[in-house]
Amino acid sequence: MNRLARLGFYLLCGLIAAFLVLPLLVIVPLSFNPEPYFSFTPAMLRLDPMGWSLRWYREIAESAQWRLALRNSLSIAAVVTPLAAILGTMAALGLRRLPTRPRKMVAVIIASPLVVPVILFATGIYFFLAPLGLTQSFTGIILAHTALAAPYVVVTVGSTLTTFDERLLRAASILGSPPLSAFLKVTLPLIAPGIASGALFAFVTSFDEAVIALFLAGYDQRTIPLQMWSGVRDQLSPAVLAAATLMVLLVTIVMLAAMFIARSVRSAGARR
Amino acid sequence: MNAASPSRAGWALVLPLVAFIAIAFLAPIATMLLQSVHDPEIADLMPRTREALARWDGISVPQNGAQAVTADLRAASAANQISRLAQRLNRERSGFRALIDVTARQLDRNPDTELAQIDPGWSDPDLWRLLARVTSPWTGQHLLNALDLTVTADGAIVRQEEARRLYVDLFLRTAWVAALVTLICALLGYPYAYAMAAAGPSLRALLLFLVLLPFWTSLLVRATAWIVLLQRRGVINEGLLAMGVIGETGRLDMIYNMTGTIIVMVHVLLPFFVLPLYSVMAGLPASYVRASASLGAHPLRTFARVYLPLTYPGVAAGGLLVFILSLGYYVTPALVGGRTGQLISNQIAFHMQRSLNWGLAAALGTLLLLAVLLLALTLPRLAERGGLRA
Repeated sequence: MNRLARLGFYLLCGLIAAFLVLPLLVIVPLSFNPEPYFSFTPAMLRLDPMGWSLRWYREIAESAQWRLALRNSLSIAAVVTPLAAILGTMAALGLRRLPTRPRKMVAVIIASPLVVPVILFATGIYFFLAPLGLTQSFTGIILAHTALAAPYVVVTVGSTLTTFDERLLRAASILGSPPLSAFLKVTLPLIAPGIASGALFAFVTSFDEAVIALFLAGYDQRTIPLQMWSGVRDQLSPAVLAAATLMVLLVTIVMLAAMFIARSVRSAGARR
Repeated sequence: MNAASPSRAGWALVLPLVAFIAIAFLAPIATMLLQSVHDPEIADLMPRTREALARWDGISVPQNGAQAVTADLRAASAANQISRLAQRLNRERSGFRALIDVTARQLDRNPDTELAQIDPGWSDPDLWRLLARVTSPWTGQHLLNALDLTVTADGAIVRQEEARRLYVDLFLRTAWVAALVTLICALLGYPYAYAMAAAGPSLRALLLFLVLLPFWTSLLVRATAWIVLLQRRGVINEGLLAMGVIGETGRLDMIYNMTGTIIVMVHVLLPFFVLPLYSVMAGLPASYVRASASLGAHPLRTFARVYLPLTYPGVAAGGLLVFILSLGYYVTPALVGGRTGQLISNQIAFHMQRSLNWGLAAALGTLLLLAVLLLALTLPRLAERGGLRA
């Protein structure tokens, strides 16, 4: 590539990068808007400190609805995350012991919630739970979220297991360790990073899920995504921007944590 | 975990999740499939009619039919179910509601009135054929409706009248939008993934961060962000106005229509294209490209003949993922699509939540599921056969 073409190429990539992140960054300053508008006021553009305000943050902090939604989202995720982590880790450990053909079949079943459009799952689970009286309940949401989240754990734990050396377990058993303690002392520490990042995925999947919640949540089960949904669709209020900013902040922190985990996995691998 | 039977231990470990997914996911999906062909609502409200018409030859007016209908209507009236029945039957043929209402009222007043005396409609064999069909709990009606087809009184399957054809167009529009979104993702994602693969470690980490940040951010947050940017009083329109590019009347309609749906879907799905493609590109040895260059090929030729074919598996994987995900997208069109930017998923949700025509929702869902499964099963194989696998 000559110089000009290279410059053009990097310019293009810069524009694509801007397309990816700028929309997320625009909401951050706008969330400090003192007025109920979705655009910058002249005072904000002059960087006048009086033109900025925490009004919308105060509004969501004091709103009973937002607090209920946060509590609901966290309680749902608090059940979904460990459930998905345990079921997913067990399945990932079991999958590699199966003969090839059944393994492929089981893998397809486990991956199916990721392929089928969520709207179909939401429709189906509504039909399924309605006769059981579970449509406006946490139980239904937790069941559905776990089915959506557990496959991610299988994937992440499965990928840490590809570097796992089975001989370690044989060594432990030759040295007289019973299977359970070999699992706790050898396997678990080595696959812990995979479980951790899988659990992270599970948490985000549940915390972020809107469609199932739309179909299954009653007023008392409203989650953060539902609260944002009505904030965007029904009563467009900048309070949504404050919530969105907090969520971008949360994601950034979670991502840095995930990158930290990934690095510790890599350095653990290097040590071995 | 007995080492002698690794596969038994394997099954024991896999089983809990498989059972969980079977109950919490596969059973609901199966329920949806069933709901699209099984609709016992009318059969439950008119059990005697159903029984009487099940053994009817379908030609003359059935002899014991009137008696059964009379008994069913009186039972429904006693149970306060007439309006529900009338409404449900009206969905099968307009005008049915009035007929049921009138008949039930007359029967309430005088239980021994002949049906044909209340309304001549009851002596029409077509009406009885319709009743025979709709009182069966099994129905192909919803699936036919979802394909813009309908059954005439004499049992032939024909296309709906022009004004009621909605869903085939919507399916085609959804496929077209999915293809367009996939194409745009490919055009934007390919150079970006290439830049990631070619960059040094720190620039690569930055570029990766810039893809992962939106990837991990809530769909709701991203839709909000784009509404803020694109709406008529949004950041872009206000900016263009302040710079004098457009006038007050020239504000651009970039959201709450198909344009908005496509822009936001590309933003949401671009990471799904970039990430698999990047992992393929990162695994390519640089030696092929160098060999081609040292043999004197022009860089463009090297790219077209060597590099591009080697990255096809990544393009195919990312493209398939984006296409399949777009087919079933719901949240984004619902929030930013306005009236004109809705896709098939939104119609399913509409029939679930607003029109309460669950059978039709399930039928549309069944067709969408079929399309997705067909694509997920056949496309990778087609790509393989077409030599896309390097």
